[in-house]
Amino acid sequence: MTIWTDIIILGLVLTNFRLLATSRLGAVIQTTIFQAIALSALILALAGKPLPVRLILLSLITLTVKGVILPWLLKRAMREIDVRRDIMPIVGYSASVLIGIVLLGLSFLIFMPLNEAIKSESVFLLPAALFTILTGLMMIISRKKALTQIVGYLVMENGVYCFGAALAVYEPMLVEMGVLLDVFVAVFVMGITIYQISREFDHIDTDRLSELKD
Amino acid sequence: MTSMFLLLSSLFILFSGGITALFLGGKEKAAYRTGVISCLAGAVLAVISAGMVMWTGTEESIRLAWQVPFGSFYLAVDPLSAFFVITISLVSGLASIYGSEYLHTYRKKKNLGAAWCYFNILFASMLLVVVSRNGILFLFAWEAMSFSSFFLVMFEHEKSKVREAGWIYLVAAHVGQACLMFMFIILGSQNNSLDFDKFIAPSGIAGVVFILAAIGFGTKAGFLPLHVWLPDAHPAAPSHVSAVMSGVMIKTGIYGLIRIVSLIGAPALWWGYTLLIIGAVSGVIGVLLALSQHDIKRLLAYHSVENIGIITIGLGLWLIGVSSNNYIIAVMGLMGGLLHVLNHALFKSLLFLGVGSVVHFTGTREMDLMGGLMKKMPLTAFAFGIGSAAICGLPPLNGFVSEFIIYLGAFNAMAGAHPFSGQILGGLIAVIALGLIGGLAAACFTKVFGTVFLGSFRSNEPEKSHENMGPMVWVMIIFAACCIVLGLLGPVAVKFIEPVAAQFLDVSRVSEVSKMLCSLLFKVSLGGTVLIVISVMLWSFRKLALMRRTNRFSPTWDCGYLVPTSRMQYTSSSFAWPIVGMFRWILGPKVHSKIDKGYFPGSAALSTQTSDVFRKWFYTPLFKLVIESAHRVHKLQEGRNQLYVLYIAVTILVLLLVKVR
Amino acid sequence: MNILISILHILLALILSPLLFGVINRTKARFAGRKGQPLLQSYYDLIKLLRKGSVYSTTTTWVFRLGPVAGLGAALLCIMIIPSGGISGLFSFSGDFILMIYLMGVARFLTVTAAMDTGSAFEGMGASRELQFSVIAEIVLLLGMSVLAIGTGETGISRIYADVWGSDVSLLGPVIFIVAFAFMIVLLTENSRIPVDDPNTHLELTMIHEVMVLDHGGIDLAFIEYGASLKLWIFCELMTGIAIPLRTGQPFYDIPINVIGIFIVAVLVGIIESSMARLKLLNVPQLLITALSLTVAALFWLLRGIL
Repeated sequence: MTIWTDIIILGLVLTNFRLLATSRLGAVIQTTIFQAIALSALILALAGKPLPVRLILLSLITLTVKGVILPWLLKRAMREIDVRRDIMPIVGYSASVLIGIVLLGLSFLIFMPLNEAIKSESVFLLPAALFTILTGLMMIISRKKALTQIVGYLVMENGVYCFGAALAVYEPMLVEMGVLLDVFVAVFVMGITIYQISREFDHIDTDRLSELKD
Repeated sequence: MTSMFLLLSSLFILFSGGITALFLGGKEKAAYRTGVISCLAGAVLAVISAGMVMWTGTEESIRLAWQVPFGSFYLAVDPLSAFFVITISLVSGLASIYGSEYLHTYRKKKNLGAAWCYFNILFASMLLVVVSRNGILFLFAWEAMSFSSFFLVMFEHEKSKVREAGWIYLVAAHVGQACLMFMFIILGSQNNSLDFDKFIAPSGIAGVVFILAAIGFGTKAGFLPLHVWLPDAHPAAPSHVSAVMSGVMIKTGIYGLIRIVSLIGAPALWWGYTLLIIGAVSGVIGVLLALSQHDIKRLLAYHSVENIGIITIGLGLWLIGVSSNNYIIAVMGLMGGLLHVLNHALFKSLLFLGVGSVVHFTGTREMDLMGGLMKKMPLTAFAFGIGSAAICGLPPLNGFVSEFIIYLGAFNAMAGAHPFSGQILGGLIAVIALGLIGGLAAACFTKVFGTVFLGSFRSNEPEKSHENMGPMVWVMIIFAACCIVLGLLGPVAVKFIEPVAAQFLDVSRVSEVSKMLCSLLFKVSLGGTVLIVISVMLWSFRKLALMRRTNRFSPTWDCGYLVPTSRMQYTSSSFAWPIVGMFRWILGPKVHSKIDKGYFPGSAALSTQTSDVFRKWFYTPLFKLVIESAHRVHKLQEGRNQLYVLYIAVTILVLLLVKVR
Repeated sequence: MNILISILHILLALILSPLLFGVINRTKARFAGRKGQPLLQSYYDLIKLLRKGSVYSTTTTWVFRLGPVAGLGAALLCIMIIPSGGISGLFSFSGDFILMIYLMGVARFLTVTAAMDTGSAFEGMGASRELQFSVIAEIVLLLGMSVLAIGTGETGISRIYADVWGSDVSLLGPVIFIVAFAFMIVLLTENSRIPVDDPNTHLELTMIHEVMVLDHGGIDLAFIEYGASLKLWIFCELMTGIAIPLRTGQPFYDIPINVIGIFIVAVLVGIIESSMARLKLLNVPQLLITALSLTVAALFWLLRGIL
């Protein structure tokens, strides 16, 4: 079923571009839902024909946590603090997309020699995972609103998850669950923090945080 | 031997004509006639001689002893030289006819005898550059070329701008010359001879020779970032000289590069990529810089950088093809590049000449002040329009033919190649660069053509009511006709340069590829003809249909704005601004705006200006550094005799110590 | 036989292309809850315009009259080059798409100069925007064709489109869809549809393509309109030729399938126009850069798959 795996991975790559290209927080959060769907489908596509129950379970949990709960939390935070757009980012949107292209090329290049060493299902899986991580980093670096940065963190975790997915077919899902829980808590905490920040300062521009230094 | 004889007599006529014109300086009419007639005679003889070589495809040479150490008077005409001889003679000959009318304005004000002398020497030295086969002779010709063009640039030396341009040009030319000298020394050191046929690149440092050649010849050709002299020198020179300089003189750099690369053995892959990237960068940034100019001659000068870029992309593909054994790419790259040399010579000369007429007519080089010249100078406008479309590479004109061949080489590099051979990337770079150049050039030339010739005049109308139907116009029409004919006769053009490509690549493969190209270009020409036929049919349909109907004339629809003036037309700067703004991260344009705040603003002013990024960020700091360090050295020269004697004493002492020991 | 089929598909294009506007308008009307214009409205418009006299601006010269004529001529030649799905164009050779893209350049060059010839500030503005967007759109087209050329190992558009679903589908399949998506964005840009340009707008300051042809009327306008519909048809062919994986090899099935595909694209354009707002002009390059990035992503994907 390598063609389906490829298509799912391609979908994941494209969602990353959407994350880099859009300024709307709503669209950003929506895209993470797509990523969650892609990830949970990826687990199933990577598994062999008799689907192991634990993988189905993992896929379902992924979908619930990443595709339902976290977006819901983020949406709520967005509503609470009433921010719709991440305007005036540090790196412009066109530039972000172009940088994204470069990052994608680099990801492909980096994994070129490792292709033989890592017996993964698809040659695109590991580069796509790295690209997702880099996209997350890019979002954290280049955007101003705390909410976008949290999504960046989430996207980065999706990349790590994608790496894990290459192994999850063989390994127990304990590690995965641990990571999931981590993110869950982290996003939760951050959500609360943002809420508090915005209540104190009336905005969530992180570059203003540097004023707190002394 | 006849062709060699013809060539030598052509050179002789040019030199002697030039010298005679110089001495006849006082008698303007005579000097004039001598200059033009010797130019024409030289051009005709050179074209015949080169044509014979192209026809037979055999090399002819002559070798005479020369008293200069390592020098010999060694000339040879092979197809490559012949091709360049034809290009140079065609453009220079026609430009001299144009100049015969153009220089009339300067009568009694300038020494026109000297101007013709330098023009003849420039022409002759260009011919000598492409036929000389000895390092010393080559450098001599190269220097003569640089100096004669320097004097021509300084024609209006009373203007400070012109002087500055001249000095920059001189410095740049000598930086290039130094690299070339060094390169020849390396090449000649093995055999103790500077004759081209005895050159051997010492093993291991062929790459160094290549880089020296790229810098040395690239300075003349205008590779980025060595192009700084171009945008200043071309506007400063009289227009027919700019046409020659931009149309053919900078191509001698391309000639030299091809010649040297063919002499130093099998090329490495990275040479090809170096040229390809230089070409892509020169092309794209050249056209971007052109787009952001207001001065029409400066704009054209930047377009020379762009077209040199296109040619270099072709050469890059050639080397990539050779080094990775893909002969289709190699032949197409070389042929496309060479053909673009000829095509660019034609349309760029045409454009410079057209601009010369326009500047002559309006008395300004500022595009934002012109407009509506189509009605006053219809023939110039027509020729200029053809040239503009040709430089954008639009079918069915000649620019498309050469760009098409390079594109085809690039697509073949991608489609047919085994991915590991590293050609795909080359093809991609070429396609992206050519596509970007094409789109931007179209924007640039619609801007030029639109703001200069179309609409209505933007400032006080020039008094003259129509153009002179003199030689200036006819020369432009001839160039325009060449652009159309070469565009429709693509296969003939390929056949024409086939012997040149066959000189560097396997003959059977060249003929195979050129046969393929001929059949493809035949279809392209067919398409061009169909386009013309359809357009003519539609035009006549419209004409016929409108014959019996009411046809009215009224002012342009002004969208409800009252009394629009011609100052309200879109200017060239505003036309270019969206694209310049899109690329502001490269160009760094400056915007000066002065707008009254308040409810009823009285006056507003907005001006934009784009300076050369390389000059601003690279050369200015560099030369500042040089000047500062020079100031430090300056302390050694205090002006006291005692100190100088001390220096001499110390030097003698040190020399004695070193030598005697 | 093959030539006859190619001619048949050209005839279909010549006859059916104005219908595309009808379909788009009908779709938009349905979405807005209106009944909409007659499907054949663009034909009526063309006939009406062809019967009119002329009004020319006193500022203009022959350049102004050449624009529509040569623009339509270039579009007609492009129609001869473009293949219909797997069916080769009448005029096909290696590198023909380069000629096609440059022919569009010819049309653009002459339309823009015609607009500049009127001396109207508005038309100059539209012209400059048109050129700005076409710079990136052209690159997207060329890159998309490069991707397909690498994937199929061919250099002529007819051969590329014939082979595109023939070779390694598992590798090329996903790539093709990205390219088709990028081509869709180019289609919207080049044919001045929402979200790039609004063909129905009535404020000259905001228009792009329409403002360039403000001063044309009568037969000239008819040429322009017809040329525009042919151009839309060409871009629809570019899209459907790769996006429809269904190839029977029988021209009598393939041609109808492709024509249906073209009208589906028209409906899609209608849906996009009804559901999206027009972008700010400053954001249009961003859209095009996204299309460019998608093609490059497709390219990387393909290269990674081949190597």
